[in-house]
Amino acid sequence: MSSLSGASISRRRGNANVRSERRFVWLMLAPALLYVAGFFAYPIVKNVVMGFQDYSITTFYTGEAPWVGLANYAQVFASRVFSVAVVNTAVFTVVSISLQFAIGLALAVFFHRKFPLSVALRSLLLLPWLLPLLASTAVWRWILDQDSGILNQALGFFHLTSSAIPWLSSPSFAMISLIAVKVWVAVPFNLAILYGGLQGIPGELYEAASIDGASPGQAFRFITLPLLRPVIGVVIVLGIIYTLESLDIILGLTGGGPANSTDTLSTLSYLESFERYSFGTGAAISNIIIVVSMIFTFIYLRIDRRPAQ
Amino acid sequence: MVKRQKLALPLGVAISLVALAGCSSAPEPAADVTLSVQDYFSGDGAAIADEVYNACAAEVGVKIDVTHAPSDGYQTKLLQQISSRTLPDVAMVEGAQVPNNAQTGAYAVLTDYGIDGAGIPDGALGYGKLDGKLYAIAPVVNSIALFYRTDLLEAAGLTPPTTWDELMADAAALTKGDQYGFAFSAPATNEGTWQYLPFLWSNGGDETDIQSPQAAEALQYLTDMVKKGYVSQSVLTWGQNDLTEQFVAGNAAMMINGPWIFSALAKAPDLKWGTVSIPTPDGGPTVAPLGGEAFTLPLNADADRMKISAKLLGCIVGPEGQKGFAKNGSGVPTISDVATEALATYPNLAAFAETIQTARSRTEKLGVDWPNTSIAIYTAIQLALTGQETPEKALEIGAQEIGKG
Repeated sequence: MSSLSGASISRRRGNANVRSERRFVWLMLAPALLYVAGFFAYPIVKNVVMGFQDYSITTFYTGEAPWVGLANYAQVFASRVFSVAVVNTAVFTVVSISLQFAIGLALAVFFHRKFPLSVALRSLLLLPWLLPLLASTAVWRWILDQDSGILNQALGFFHLTSSAIPWLSSPSFAMISLIAVKVWVAVPFNLAILYGGLQGIPGELYEAASIDGASPGQAFRFITLPLLRPVIGVVIVLGIIYTLESLDIILGLTGGGPANSTDTLSTLSYLESFERYSFGTGAAISNIIIVVSMIFTFIYLRIDRRPAQ
Repeated sequence: MVKRQKLALPLGVAISLVALAGCSSAPEPAADVTLSVQDYFSGDGAAIADEVYNACAAEVGVKIDVTHAPSDGYQTKLLQQISSRTLPDVAMVEGAQVPNNAQTGAYAVLTDYGIDGAGIPDGALGYGKLDGKLYAIAPVVNSIALFYRTDLLEAAGLTPPTTWDELMADAAALTKGDQYGFAFSAPATNEGTWQYLPFLWSNGGDETDIQSPQAAEALQYLTDMVKKGYVSQSVLTWGQNDLTEQFVAGNAAMMINGPWIFSALAKAPDLKWGTVSIPTPDGGPTVAPLGGEAFTLPLNADADRMKISAKLLGCIVGPEGQKGFAKNGSGVPTISDVATEALATYPNLAAFAETIQTARSRTEKLGVDWPNTSIAIYTAIQLALTGQETPEKALEIGAQEIGKG
């Protein structure tokens, strides 16, 4: 061994410390990393691979799934229902996000002021989101029934409509009904998060603005909205992702009908995999959903990186 | 060295434990075997099934562990079990799913284990076959028939219809106020296809060619019923359970449904109803689809265990088991002699027993390709009943989608 000066001894010991600390860090991260790899990465990778395979019900037993390349995607893009589903998904997502965000924000601003029973009322408004979808869609089906549903009975009683509206049995109205129920379910989520965001804005800013002579509208535009931007970003991107993947609500309310008018990419993926037992094409469609969700996530990350003015 | 000695002891203990565990997996005597049975029955159906399972377990001399899984997603559960090789010893499979399940290769051919469905007519036996091999037997089968309100028909001076013209005329006469004359199930699910089949088949159509004129005529008939207002447009969203509710509430004077609703109808004792075979174009015999659950024998590496499971299965689908399953009159036993006995006890089954004589299995001709055709049919029904396409065009669009499945 060469002669060791005091400095090099402490540097060696320092390196050893760093190495053992890093090893310790990896050991602590290992369980979490294994979990993410097993329950997140593996299913996604498997799904992507499945999109390129002829994965049928027999594969479940034999494990054999021949490689077919892009044939699944070609088949999906060429089918009539796919183009219908893409349009439906776009309409469903855009309209329900806009509505649930606007109503959620309006309610959040409304509840920002404390009034008697506001806490109780806000808790009650959480209910639609907390109820199991299978139960609430069953009840909505009864409410929206064309002949015996209470909505048409009420509209007829108040002479607001001349004939019963086919809320769920007509292709023209089914999407409207679906969006309405989706908004009903999702407003509590928007309300809760936006309300929390509003709480985070210091009250002094509003005081200063009113002293300067700003109207409530101007205060909203120049104080609330900019400071709420990160929260708005989260709510909208999460909302888009949840809406893109909503399946229970559509299957429970309309089953994708009538006549494919409420079929979306997610219901189509489910139909392909679990009714036709064509898991390859089902995986292909769900990969498309993943890609679209990722695009929106990247957009959100880009927007979020811009500093708030 | 010190390190190796430190490892030796725990390693040695571990190895001996593994060896001992190996010793204890010697074959056990039959009395100690617990077989697993799985189905998707619930409520009354589950109670009846349990009686059958327990009686058969006692007869074969085994213990059983019964699982009543939810019917929603039952096939998905089977897929998971197929993939993880954890199928139960006796598994119930819904009739129309038998070919797809059998194709996986996870189920045994019953005739290899001495179960050949003696006494069961070919039509009902074909229900559990794929490519001529028997994979499943249904202890009871059901079908659909026309339920009608006896009081309403009497008041209107009508007799139960036997032809399409009579059915349409009766539906017209019975449509007044909140009451629709007729109701059937036409949602975007296999239930919609199921209820269209008697009209398709009785008209001479076939599921192998859904673009035939006979298929279009049958769909046109149902579309006319909706267009003329004798049937509510809500049938596009109604399953057979919804039909029962409408019938009981007096919103529909006639409906197409099956014997499994008898217990629900019994809860409305003031309701006066009767059943008759579904009307056909010219009054000839009705050709309706066979329904019901079948029992299978999943493959198992343990051959002795499979032999015992086969005995249990044989009892469940045998004469005694069939009597047990027919208990609340919700199905017709497949063994002809047992069926005759059941009819004596449950006269309401008469229309269904008659229909089952000429009923067909949905998967008989198409086998594993049935799901694609089923989806095509209900897509066409929805397109036609919403008025978006003519029945011919609707069936053409549906047929195009079969090729892509």
